[in-house]
Amino acid sequence: MDFGLSEEQEMLRTSAREFLQKECPRQLVRQLEESEEGHSPDLWHKMAGQGWMGLAFPEQYGGGGGTFLDLTVLLEEMGYSMLPGPFFSTVVLGGLTILAAGSEEQKKALLPEVAGGNAVLALALTEPAGRYDAESVVTRAVRDDGGYVINGTKLFARDAGIADIIICVARTGDSKNPEEGITLFLVDAGSPGIRCTPLGTLARDRQCEVVFDNVRVPETGVVGTVDRGWPSVADLLQRATVAKCAEMVGGAQAVLDMTVAYARERVQFGRPIGSFQAIQHYCADMVTDVSGSRFVTNKAAWKLSEGLPAAADVAVAKAWTGDAYGRVTLLSHQIFGAIGFTMDHDIHMYYRRARAGQAAFGDADHHRSILAQALGF
Amino acid sequence: MDFRFSEDEEAFREEVRQWLRQEIPQRWIELDPGIWEETEESWALARAFQRKLGEIGWLAPAFPREYGGLELSHMKRLVLAEELAYSKAPVSVEVEITVNWVAPSIMLFGTEEQKKNYVTPIARGEKIFCIGYSEPDAGSDLASLRTRAVEEGDGYVINGQKIWCSYAHLADYCWLAARTDPDAPRHQGISVFIVDMKTPGITVRPLINILNQHSFNEVFFDDVWIPKENLVGQNNNGWYQVMIALDFERSSVGWAASNRRVIEELIDYARNTTRNGKPLASDPLVRNQLAQLVVENEVACMMAYRLAWMFSRGLHPSYESSMSMVFISEATRRTADVGMRILGHYGELDRDSRWAVMNARLMRMCLSSLSIGVGGGSNEIQRNIIAMRGLGLPRK
Repeated sequence: MDFGLSEEQEMLRTSAREFLQKECPRQLVRQLEESEEGHSPDLWHKMAGQGWMGLAFPEQYGGGGGTFLDLTVLLEEMGYSMLPGPFFSTVVLGGLTILAAGSEEQKKALLPEVAGGNAVLALALTEPAGRYDAESVVTRAVRDDGGYVINGTKLFARDAGIADIIICVARTGDSKNPEEGITLFLVDAGSPGIRCTPLGTLARDRQCEVVFDNVRVPETGVVGTVDRGWPSVADLLQRATVAKCAEMVGGAQAVLDMTVAYARERVQFGRPIGSFQAIQHYCADMVTDVSGSRFVTNKAAWKLSEGLPAAADVAVAKAWTGDAYGRVTLLSHQIFGAIGFTMDHDIHMYYRRARAGQAAFGDADHHRSILAQALGF
Repeated sequence: MDFRFSEDEEAFREEVRQWLRQEIPQRWIELDPGIWEETEESWALARAFQRKLGEIGWLAPAFPREYGGLELSHMKRLVLAEELAYSKAPVSVEVEITVNWVAPSIMLFGTEEQKKNYVTPIARGEKIFCIGYSEPDAGSDLASLRTRAVEEGDGYVINGQKIWCSYAHLADYCWLAARTDPDAPRHQGISVFIVDMKTPGITVRPLINILNQHSFNEVFFDDVWIPKENLVGQNNNGWYQVMIALDFERSSVGWAASNRRVIEELIDYARNTTRNGKPLASDPLVRNQLAQLVVENEVACMMAYRLAWMFSRGLHPSYESSMSMVFISEATRRTADVGMRILGHYGELDRDSRWAVMNARLMRMCLSSLSIGVGGGSNEIQRNIIAMRGLGLPRK
């Protein structure tokens, strides 16, 4: 048993922390939240220069040959710094899905582009039902003239508005089992018939409504096997869930660090408020939640990384980490008091992200339900 | 990172399981004493079992071989503790305290003779201690203890009162903290002694615990004379010794393992019980609550594993242990709470009822779990430690 990071992971963590502190200060995060595009192409290319986009791709596709676990080390730091932009969509949702399920041609064509920072990907999975199960996929792709025509509405699709390619999960066949008849498509985001509307959201995280109105996709756009796409989606969701957990652990760590620093400095009644037991106990609960989340997240990430069955561990990680990040931010707001209730202060940015993270890829109730199933009751 | 046990550790786990299947006495399983529910009968069974454990070195597996241990690795000790707890083996709180606090303190601070006289017998399950720390006016504020030990001739005379001494009526010795210098600053006038419970002048008075069982005692010392060689470590150095001992390896893995057992039994119950014409396990609310218990237990388990890993790397956890203890104590209470809610009226039934469910385990657990999070450093004290030692928050 080994709870520690490898030497390389430790280096990755340190260099990512330093890079993001310099290149992605919270002031920039704020600016980008207000901006039209929502992210900085300049920062994006610098990140590509660090080899981050291709970190977990094999070298033959222009990647760094790292593991999924390595990637989660990086994601924790991105969560710490609230990195804006389409890294998660492009790499975790897009790149790793193509790597796992795509054809050799698709991998050769797309992964080096992703690794080089030249392609932004997005995933269009959820629909107005707002769920992550196969049943709720009703967007249809119908065979037509050597390709497919897609019709339907996707909702909560992050970064679809700036993507070059959208991975669309659509229904191609009908069966009693909703997990049959699902196919993944690579859709050129510039295709006629795609209408993308950004949604104003709590975390200002560039979620979109994407309407597919008779959008034509060539045969070469099919990822994996027609009608047999759901297992790829299920795998994708496991990776995405754990990756989101890693991001949340980083965010929770940042909240803890900021709050403890404040509790040491803020003086009332002639002493730092961090010397009062009420505040100390809040902080003790926060660090306990951060640690616990990190352990279960790391375990799930390690299992996925090793290719071990991980359904229960993924569900445990998300059910716990989402709730824990929520508690950490709430206690933090309590300790910061009135100043935390302003736009000027940074802490609300984490609170918003905690809420978004809780909902992403299924909330705690959803994952407890998955866990109950995985445990056979 | 690697969250697997090694092949060697897994093989050891199997060995332990097999041994336990054979060696846990049937009568013990029938009596099924939970924590704080030992009786004289179960205590005797437990002592016999502990001597068997001691024979093969599993009672004090960490000890050096010369003192009856196996110098077993931290991870294997974790595995052993997990299996003992999961199988409800007869290893009581007092044994753990004797093995994990008393003996290591003697090894660290004691004389050669004390090591010879006590450590090996402890490892063999032949000597068992109760703890004489708390007093009526010295609980969390232990340094305010008032029991006096006065040097007289070639010994000490002890006068005072201790409280919450678990199984003092059955233990062989008391591990006593007493004030040796009333004029020194309060942390600098305390010493630690070994007191034979058969010494004249000791009166043990039962305190019946919340489970209606006799586990705790008040212990009165009236002019109790003990020889000088029963002082452990240096005179007036006791506070330091007691504090050091609090940092000795204490694992919450046993709690996590026994809670896992309860959760599994609850899941079984939910599967096999029909309510409103449907299996209880199909009720989304019940499923949600049970799943949450599994989640929390996994977190608790990882915290305990992490401590063992830290020790195995030569790192010395301090606030990390507190984190683990606070978490497991609260998770245990929630387990009892959820269990009671799922069982409904049936949860109220005691063991003697033919309608009792799971041998009234949940009802007993909802009582016994009130004690963890209080004894051995309350959760408030633990949270202070986490905040000050772990996060560097100021004392003033």
